[in-house]
Amino acid sequence: MSPDRPSDRTPPPDDVLAEPTHPLVRLTGLRHAHGRTPALRDVDLEVGAGTAVAVTGASGSGKSTLLHAAAGLLQPDAGTVELLGHELAALDDAERAQLRRRDVGIVLQYGQLVPDLPLLDGVALPLLLDGAALGPAREASRAALASVGLSTAEDAVPAELSGGQAQLAAVARALVAEPHLVLADEPVASLDPAGAALALDLLWGVVARGGALVLVTHDNVLAARCDREVRLAHGGVQHDLDLR
Amino acid sequence: MVHSAPVAIGEVHLALLLSGPRHGYDIKRAHDAWFPAERPLAFGQVYATLGRLVRDGHAEVVGTHSEGGPERTVYAITDLGRERLLTWLDEPAPPAGTAGEEIIRKTVVALHATTSGADAERVLSAQRAAHLRRMRQLQRRAASSDPVRDPGREPGRSTDLAVRLADRHALLHLDADLRWLEEAAEALRAQRPTSPPDTRTATPAAKDDQEPLP
Repeated sequence: MSPDRPSDRTPPPDDVLAEPTHPLVRLTGLRHAHGRTPALRDVDLEVGAGTAVAVTGASGSGKSTLLHAAAGLLQPDAGTVELLGHELAALDDAERAQLRRRDVGIVLQYGQLVPDLPLLDGVALPLLLDGAALGPAREASRAALASVGLSTAEDAVPAELSGGQAQLAAVARALVAEPHLVLADEPVASLDPAGAALALDLLWGVVARGGALVLVTHDNVLAARCDREVRLAHGGVQHDLDLR
Repeated sequence: MVHSAPVAIGEVHLALLLSGPRHGYDIKRAHDAWFPAERPLAFGQVYATLGRLVRDGHAEVVGTHSEGGPERTVYAITDLGRERLLTWLDEPAPPAGTAGEEIIRKTVVALHATTSGADAERVLSAQRAAHLRRMRQLQRRAASSDPVRDPGREPGRSTDLAVRLADRHALLHLDADLRWLEEAAEALRAQRPTSPPDTRTATPAAKDDQEPLP
């Protein structure tokens, strides 16, 4: 059974779907400091459709700050973030939230699931917040949970899950709305090899469907699965390698 | 007993001459300090290598030197030799997964030679690129021969399994190389600006510190 996206939702008039002429991610002159410590120094990055990009670098090189800024979870001190052709700073809160829910899947390092919601609804959340009816949203969530092997945990709350299960659920939630872009921070670091293989195949499905994947990782093998490596050092781009 | 020449022995000699002219004994000592895990260089090897470098115009004799001891010929790198060294540094070692020795040689030379015209960061970056590209190929081959993903293939063929296992072995060894390269790059950044080689000997006080009192 294929995952059933609730495609009967009526898009609002200011729909912000991808236009293929835009890069899916365009970061320009990003600069940010944590207190006095510079975390990003004039970083530019463009990611086109059908591309998986690994963002690597030593601890403290700015990888996670870059991903958080790209995801709109952190307001950079300077520079612009464009996702799917929309500059985040030019959108109001509601538009930004809509863009994130519908077109951008985000996987953070420790899952970050809503604590009190059973998984079935927690994973359906991006669809529910986007106005989908409960029935179709749960149906899509059920399919997403099945795809990561968590069908039996639909009624569990996050506290009842292992670290690996929570990470897999976060991947399911990021993919439930079939986003064009996935931004992921160490998405498989807490998974066993089988779970990691499953999650990575699903994430690469986004690329196969013409979307893009930006992966922060310290894992060389995973970086070498990507099409490009952007390596950061001290908040700057050390190299941007085409691996194809 | 004859040993085959170590990998890139000529280039390493040239690297040792980058910081200034040296005689053969000095080259041997410096080589053994750079590569303490290797067999010490034999004098015959040093003079044979220097002879070849002079013959090919990569090094030249610039005089003799005697500090009250035997007279020693002093060698210097030529422009042609410098070019040969930098060309070698610019070419990443083969990402074979078993090319450890050449990677070590190239990286150590790059770290030492970086103030003399070589760019160690660029050398390390090019090596990382060569490794990542090879690792990507290995993973794509594994994915395309995976019977789960390609049910049309006859599963369980022993040749497939052997190739998969060999590829996996290569992949993990390349990963180990990359981790080592990262550590080497960190060491490079930590030691800047480059300091002269440490020629101090252990002082008696330092020695005493290591011995517990009765």
